[in-house]
Formats: sequence, structure tokens, C-alpha cells
Amino acid sequence: MKEWNIKCVNSFSMEKVIVAMQDPDMGMKMRNQRLLITVIPHAMTGRDVIDWLIQKYNICEEEALHVGGMLVRYGYIYPLKEPRSLVLRADETPYRFQTPYFWTSTRWPASELDYAIYLAKKNIRKQGELMEYEKERYSLLHKRINHTWDFVVMQAREQLRASKQRRKADRIVLECQEQAYWLINRPPVRSLTLHYSAVLYHTIESCRRALGRNRVKSSICLEGFVKFSEQYQNHDPIMQGCLPSNPWISDDTAHWTMNSEIVPVPTRLRVERWSFSFMELLNDPIGRREFMTYLEKEFSAENLCFWQACEDIRHGESSKIIQKVEDVYKNFLAPGAARWVNIDSKTMDKTLEGIKHPHRFVMDDAQLHIYFLMKKDSYPRYLKSDLYKNMLAKAIVPQETKKSVFPFMRRQRHSSPSPAQAVTQVTEEDGRAMGAGKAGTNSAAGSHV
Amino acid sequence: MCDQTFVAVTFGPCDSCSKASPLMNIYIKNEPINYCSFCVEMMACQGLQKGETLASLKRECDNLKKKLEEERGKLNDVELHQVAEKTEVLGALSVKTRRVLKGHGNKVLCMDWCKDRRRLVSSSQDGKVIVWDAFTLNKEHGITLPCTWVMACAYAPSGCAVACGGLDNKCSVVPLSLDKTENLAAKKKSVAMHTNYVSGCTFTNSDMQLLTCSGDGTCALWDVESGQLLQSFHGHTADVLSLDLAPSETGNTFVSGGCDKKANVWDMRSGQNIQSFESHESDINCVKYYPSGDAFASASDDATCRFYDLRADREVAVYQKDSIIFGASTVDFSLSGRLLFAGYNDYTINAWDVLKGTRVSVLFGHENRISRVRVSPDGTALCSASWDNTLRIWA
Repeated sequence: MKEWNIKCVNSFSMEKVIVAMQDPDMGMKMRNQRLLITVIPHAMTGRDVIDWLIQKYNICEEEALHVGGMLVRYGYIYPLKEPRSLVLRADETPYRFQTPYFWTSTRWPASELDYAIYLAKKNIRKQGELMEYEKERYSLLHKRINHTWDFVVMQAREQLRASKQRRKADRIVLECQEQAYWLINRPPVRSLTLHYSAVLYHTIESCRRALGRNRVKSSICLEGFVKFSEQYQNHDPIMQGCLPSNPWISDDTAHWTMNSEIVPVPTRLRVERWSFSFMELLNDPIGRREFMTYLEKEFSAENLCFWQACEDIRHGESSKIIQKVEDVYKNFLAPGAARWVNIDSKTMDKTLEGIKHPHRFVMDDAQLHIYFLMKKDSYPRYLKSDLYKNMLAKAIVPQETKKSVFPFMRRQRHSSPSPAQAVTQVTEEDGRAMGAGKAGTNSAAGSHV
Repeated sequence: MCDQTFVAVTFGPCDSCSKASPLMNIYIKNEPINYCSFCVEMMACQGLQKGETLASLKRECDNLKKKLEEERGKLNDVELHQVAEKTEVLGALSVKTRRVLKGHGNKVLCMDWCKDRRRLVSSSQDGKVIVWDAFTLNKEHGITLPCTWVMACAYAPSGCAVACGGLDNKCSVVPLSLDKTENLAAKKKSVAMHTNYVSGCTFTNSDMQLLTCSGDGTCALWDVESGQLLQSFHGHTADVLSLDLAPSETGNTFVSGGCDKKANVWDMRSGQNIQSFESHESDINCVKYYPSGDAFASASDDATCRFYDLRADREVAVYQKDSIIFGASTVDFSLSGRLLFAGYNDYTINAWDVLKGTRVSVLFGHENRISRVRVSPDGTALCSASWDNTLRIWA
């Protein structure tokens, strides 16, 4: 477990606070607390903790609550009455210091074996004392580390026997401390840590899988990177600049305006990019629209419509999946459907079977099939078509803006409508809609002056 | 005044293997002894699996790892810098600070660009999340979270919401409203719940799904609407510090890096770990895909950044210099993937030539360590967030 503590929270500084709190002279005043019929020594109230922090570090109540809260959350102080509520209350609620033996920084890692022994002890000590989530974990552990179970039970018995030899107050204190430790390290919400044999099994399995995978020769892969970077170099503003100018340098937003989501005439660089890969074409709303127009001419537009509908299922709200899958089936897959798509029979059968229990990825195979169909067939033909060539020919090549004659005069930086405007309630008080709010919350925001 | 009702040894030489380490106090035949956790497990695993012992498992594991390295090496017929010899040498970048975003009262830990190429969201140690129009330096929204150390923030693809999380072990989604009187924090919706801090988050291709990584060693995919856990990803053996979504056609994978020095590639649908790379010598702080999706880069506390080829299944470049001794915390590629910007704990940003492996430029300006660098969606600028409480835009 990485000590994120060291990275930011710093367990060392938390421990310094704890040690200062227990200083015999300047530390906190301790008292005995009654817990049922037993008296627990060395306890303090939440109020005591807050007051001490305020006084010692000269901070306000809110900050003291925050710092104190961290001490509880990381297990250096634990609550006596409600052990599961890991908060610091600024009242008479009793707390105790956790023994350094159980400090997160020293007791590391908290292994499954440890936890199993703890649960076994609880189980043996009093039947039915395990909480629901503990019972679940106990049986899960029993399955997972079954080969160590004799050891677990033996240890649990030994530790219980040893603790019986202590005074009752000490025994209760130890139980409290241990419980507090495990509440921090195995909170009720599910978590997972692996111990050595499990880690090894896992690594062995992933090594075996990796050995079975297909690899591509380095020369081919690396050549690919060189080609990619070359192809995109002119499109990389940091390397080659951009036309008419980089808005961040010139304070002129013309570049963004010309490259908005939807423009009457796109720039040449943008249209060129559509030829780099099928994904580039589809990712550009204008490109996608042009491609749709082309497909309509070829009477295969249903492919792109189907693909879009599948994307909508994959990335949309969970609650709408069932309805959307039904619509897709009706429109594209059912025999005699208005926009029937041509999928191979194996994929079709698998998809139809999956539709009986619709889920987010049920259309994946069919969608991929149609995607590759378009990519291998329609896309290359589109790039050779007059439609595309005309687009390229009439595309804009912006003039480079010359540097200002008066370099000391800075252009005014215009603001732009926020994409969040689309969802803000428009007040009709002055009868004017706020800005040119873009409709359609799913599309990428394109707000430019 | 702390309990010394019983004295227990917590650290020291193990009674079995004599290595100094954290100790477990156990009983053997009524006698208390102190073993390190490895020896305890060795002993506990007496009946592992038909004659297997922990030692034999470890041997098998090491052999397989060696075999894997051999297999990977077989197809290694050329190095990246050799292939890159024919490309032209890059001149020094004329990149300068164009904006300084001041407004955070404490360390800025994370930032993310909006798709509109000029807005961004940033989060800081004091619990504040700010949405800026970086072009005009306007602060458009401010959200105060009840927790400190907001280590992760992300802008939703629609531009209508942001996600943020950190030491509260949660990741929440906040819809952005233009009503100035509205308290955005009140509309905050908890989506992700981890059992340790949230170190990174990103929306997938829509506002509806959120991918998170956490100090609890897992990554998880969540449905934003219902808060339901859609898939969880187990395999890291320590804190996961960073993740990035693949820009691939089929859009189904992501990479994560963590304190176990491993970078893992995952299938989002099945939760399976597809590929794993372990070559860094210390924690991996950040991972980022190459624009084509065929590779990714990583930044690590070992002061190096590395480049991993997914099709060749191996590390193909290490970006390091003797003069760079501080850990790298963040990386991002320029639009063409030719440049790799990396932020370091020595307050600088280094720009590397990805293909040749050489350093092209150093960007000075920040007055404390860099926590995050991100190139804008159209590649016109680089944003850096720093522990000096500011963000800078470079172009």
C-alpha cells in the first residue's frame, strides 16, 4: 500500500500531532470512561480533542474539526461507543488513542490472513457476532485461502486463549483497538487486497495469457509512429503554428471561429484530415454529414444510421437501453425492417439471442461488423468521389495574420457562450433568450464568437 | 499515556528469515513469536495445491516472466531512435507562457480541458474546483467541496458538467449552471464510491459514464445517472494513480498506472487485464495514450518517462537525462504525437522528441512542482497546473 500519506497527507505529521496530544505535560487531559459496566481508562471526549487542537495550533473550530476528523479517519483515534461511525463529534462522545501497534503506517500490509484470523476470533468468541458483510467476507476468505484454514483457526484459538489471561479491562481495550483497526482497513464497503499466493497466481495467469498473444514486429510498429507523426505534423499547432494565427498568441479567435463544429465551409486542413482515417471522418460532425450524404447516394445510409444508433446505446443512459435496443431491432434488424442492415448470419443470430436480455454491449458485434464494412468499402470510395474532391477544392485556406504593427496594443479578448448554456433555464423576464444557446446536450460543445 | 497494556514488537528482524520488516505477532505451540508477513504466509500455506509451496509458485512466476521477456525480445528487430534517424531534427520550441490563471488559494492538483478548446476545470488542495474561460481569464464557476485534496477533476464531453473527487473517496458530478445565485455544490451528485482516495477520473465518450481510479488499488466504471457500478478492474497490487481512455476505433480499452510500478491495459467490457508492463523503477504517476491509440507514455518517480508500444507489447523508449533527478508527475502528447510534454517535481516542464528520444525544450516559470500538463483538444496550447497555486497556458 503506497503511503499516499507521504505524498500529501503525511502520516508523519499526523503521528506528530498524536504524540503531542499524549504528552504528559502539554497533552490532553484523560479520564476514565464507563462503557457499559466496565471502566475504560485513558479516554477523552470529542470536545476535549477539538479544544486541545484549537489551543495548541491556534486554529478555528472548523479547521480543528477537520484535522481531528482525519485523525479518526486514519485510525489514530477511535470512537468507543459507535465504532462504525468514524467521525469526530465535538461533544461528550468518548474516544481513545489507537495503540502504535495498530497504526496504519506500522502495521502494513493488512493481509487477508490477518483479517481471516480476526474474523475467526470474533466468530469463535461469540456465535452470531459477525455482521452481515463480515459473514460474507468470512466465507469468501474460507474459499479463497482454504489451504491456510487450519492455520487461521489455530491462530484464532491461540490468540483468544492468550487474551483470556489478561485483565478484563485490558481485554476490552484490546478488542476495541482491534475492531477499530479493522473498521479502517476493511471498511464495510467492498475493497480488495491480495496476499502473496493470490498475487502470484494472478501474475502467472496474466503471463500465460501474454505469452499466447500475437505480437507485431518492432520495425512495423515503429514505422507506424514515424508515419503518423509525419502525417499530422502540419496539423500540430505547437509545432507548425496554425492559420490564421494561434488564438492564445494573437488574442484573435478567428482560428476557432473557422473551425467551429458546424461551419458553412470547412478549412482545407480539416477536410484533409478526413482522409487520414475512417475515425477522423466520423469524429467530425461535418465529415459525418458529408459521408451520410454520400451513402444516401449509394443507398447504404442505413449502415451509418445503425452505427450511430448503436453508439447511442453504448454511451447513453442505462435507463434507456431497453427501449433503444428495441427501436434498433425494429428499424434495422427485424425481417422486413425499413432500414435493414446486412449482417452475416452468425453475428445476426448471436445479436438476436442477446436482444432477449438487452444490455449496453448487446449490439457490439453487429456494430463492429457494420463499422468495418463501411471502413473497408464505402470509406475508400468516398475519398475518391467527386463529393469529397469538391469539398477539398472549395475548402478555405486562411491567410496568415501578420503580426500587429503596434505590438504593444493588445487585442480585446472576447468571451464566448458557455456550453453549459444549453441546459440553463431561460428566464423570459426580458423576453430575450440568453445568447445563441446550442441545442443537443450530447454533441461536443462548440461555442465560439 | 497511550496503552502499553501489552508490549508488542511491530518492526524488527523476523524470527524466521531475519530480514528487518513489519512484524506479525503469532503463536506457535503457545509461544508468541514474531514473523514477517511473508514468512507467516509461507508457514500458513503448508497445503497449497498438491505439492506446491509458495516458493515453487514464485519460481514458476519468475520463469514465466523471463520467458515472456524472451518472446517480446524476439520481434525486437529495430529501436525507435534508429527508425527515427531519417526524420528531421526539431528546433527549439518557441513556446512561452501566454496566460497565468490565478485564483486558487492552494496547490492546484488537477485540470482538464473542455471540448470547446478554451475552457478548463481545475481542482486544488483546499477543496475548491474552478471552471475558467482560460482565454479571457474569467472564472465562470466555483465549487467548494467539503473535502480537501481534490486530486481528480474532469470536464464532461457536453461541457455541461464537471466531475471531481479526492480524499473523500468519492467522485461526484456537478452540473454547471449559469445562474450566479445557485450554489453548485448543492447540486453535486455522488457517483463513484471507493474505499480509498480517488486519484483520477474521466468521462467516457458521453456524460453518462465515469471511469475512476483509486488508492484502493482498483479502477471502476460507473453509470452517472444511477451511481451504479458497471465494472470494476482488479489487478494492481497498490494504489492506482492515473488512467487514460484509448482513442481507438472500437473505444473499449483504457490504461492505468500505479504505485506497483505497473501499467495495465484493460478491456472495459469484461474487466479483464489485457496487457501489463512493468519496467519503471518506481511509482507510475501518470499514463497517457499516443494519439493513434497504438502506444502510451508514462511518467514516474524514477525521473523517467517511458513509451510503450501496444502492438509490439514492449517498452520502446525511455526519456531520461542525467541532469533530471526529480520525479516526473505528468505527461501529455502534442497533437501529432511527435512531442511529449512532461511535468516534473523540480518545477520544470520538459518537451521530448518522442521519436528521437532527445529533449527539445525546457519550460521554466512555475514556482513549485507540476501536478498536471494537458494539451488543449485542438493542440493549440499546453496547460500546466502546479503546487504554486497557478495554472499556465503555453503556446
